[in-house]
Amino acid sequence: MELHERPRANGCGGARGALRNGFVRGPPGTQINHIVHNGGLYKRPFNEAFEETPMLVAVLTYVGYGVLTLFGYLRDFMRQWKIEKCQNATEREEQKDFVPLYQDFENFYNRNLYMRIRDSWNRPICSVPGAKVDMMERVSHDYNWTFTYTGRVIKDIINMGSYNYLGFAQKTGACQEAAAKVLSQYGAGVCSTRQEMGNLDKHEELEKLVARFLGVESAMAYGMGFATNSMNIPALVGKGCLILSDELNHASLVLGARLSGATIRIFKHNNMQSLEKLLKDAIVHGQPRTRRPWKKILILYLYLDEAHSIGALGPSGRGVVDYFGLDPEDVDVMMGTFTKSFGAAGGYIGGKKELIDYLRTYSHSAAYATSMSPPVVEQIITSVKCIMGEDGTTIGRARVQQLAENTRYFRRRLKEMGFIIYGNEDSPVVPLMLYMPAKIGAFGREMLKRNIGVVVVGFPATPIIESRARFCLSAAHTKEMLDTALKEINEVGDLLQLKYSRRRLVPLLDRPFDETTYEETED
Amino acid sequence: MDVKNTPSYLYWLFCQFELITCSYLMEPWEKVLFYSFNLAMLGLLLYTTYICLAFHASSLKINPLKYKNTMSPFSLTPYSLLFTFHTLPV
Repeated sequence: MELHERPRANGCGGARGALRNGFVRGPPGTQINHIVHNGGLYKRPFNEAFEETPMLVAVLTYVGYGVLTLFGYLRDFMRQWKIEKCQNATEREEQKDFVPLYQDFENFYNRNLYMRIRDSWNRPICSVPGAKVDMMERVSHDYNWTFTYTGRVIKDIINMGSYNYLGFAQKTGACQEAAAKVLSQYGAGVCSTRQEMGNLDKHEELEKLVARFLGVESAMAYGMGFATNSMNIPALVGKGCLILSDELNHASLVLGARLSGATIRIFKHNNMQSLEKLLKDAIVHGQPRTRRPWKKILILYLYLDEAHSIGALGPSGRGVVDYFGLDPEDVDVMMGTFTKSFGAAGGYIGGKKELIDYLRTYSHSAAYATSMSPPVVEQIITSVKCIMGEDGTTIGRARVQQLAENTRYFRRRLKEMGFIIYGNEDSPVVPLMLYMPAKIGAFGREMLKRNIGVVVVGFPATPIIESRARFCLSAAHTKEMLDTALKEINEVGDLLQLKYSRRRLVPLLDRPFDETTYEETED
Repeated sequence: MDVKNTPSYLYWLFCQFELITCSYLMEPWEKVLFYSFNLAMLGLLLYTTYICLAFHASSLKINPLKYKNTMSPFSLTPYSLLFTFHTLPV
């Protein structure tokens, strides 16, 4: 009983009748319960808002997809009867009785919907992806089936798309100099794995530094951020184990969980009640069929993926643990990448020494993957030292503060303009909702016309009606750049009628949760 | 959107229509097909409206009780409409 008297770390439950998911319940008539407050014990309020999709917009979005789908069927019909030249992959004539390869919805979507707006993605850039970027101009003469390069370069596009949170993607400065020096000492490639001849003194130095930066006992670095997740989860758990995973987890975690062969249960996004229920049920019932107790239970919440947050959040740039003022020792597995804030490549896992020693022996990334390139390692070492202030300057700290300032400013201005913005108010990734399929293409093109590079996102990366533009803020953005970008976004927002906001917020719990995502890997 | 004059406002409205129906993304021949289909539908709608209005307007003048059993204005179908249109007493 004493357990229930104490407030719990996840902020839900408690003596005075559990508030659902830790909502602040205001006096009647106030609307503050629309703000998720997911943790009364955190030192900082957790303000995350997801404004409801207006009904009319949702209906019109479906109308748009309906029209495109009808025309898709028409085009497919024409391709089949050779009225139109077929440019996409088709079944081979000699394999016509085999299982069809190109008939599922994703293929239909790629052929008939994605192809119409394909020019908004994969644009090649030809400079360092800093605050401004140069882009290769390209045109398509056959409606995006093929592209040709005109040979011209679009100069000085304001880069709102790179995950360059702290602006360490630079071609000048301390990081570049240090990396160049190491390049002349060690060369670029290592040509071996960590367990063989590829364990350099630089790698050891990096791992000690990262462990110190994170405040954990030990850490290990890998050459690829995605593989850090997908290759280490199978090393940690296996058949007969249980993985509890957030419904919105990244593809790398999902892949790793599936590769491991463990049973996977999905809880609602950031919802501790859902997790608690699933965990209780799983422990009571045990393994499916045999009902034996689980060998191991891995909650992908105590396995903390800090791919985006490391460097970008918290007063000293140490990620979400720092942001909420928690103890890194409480998190079992701290994972993150060097690809974003540090302007390099690779990933790390930090935690107890036993865990890291185990991973050094059993992880595929350690045994089979070529170890990190020394200049990349040096870039990380220099940038981490800069953030920690060990280079004797305050540049790192200033950048972390600049990023927080830019984030607040940009989010506030967009909200004032009337756009629907998702997510936490301190998050430097700012999704601006576009909803309609034609607006995905139109927004990307119009912004590029105005010399601003943005990332637009649609199905299958998002639910089908929640297409969005995703701005990524950087400490390298100056106020003038942000103001220019905001002015153009405002203009395009008027042109395309993107200001959907009616300033009504819905709590996180009311977001649709697809029951079919619940899955179980049977052995 | 600050609109200066009517033509530019109409153009802007047309752009919104294109964005919502996704005809913005279509190839020219698809646009022709889509617009002619829409225009045909609109024409049909206007034509049937015109016919129905003529019928309703004429039915207002007559005593509804007298024709109560023969037809109700709420059970109009295109077929019955065409059939009764020529046989209506004036």
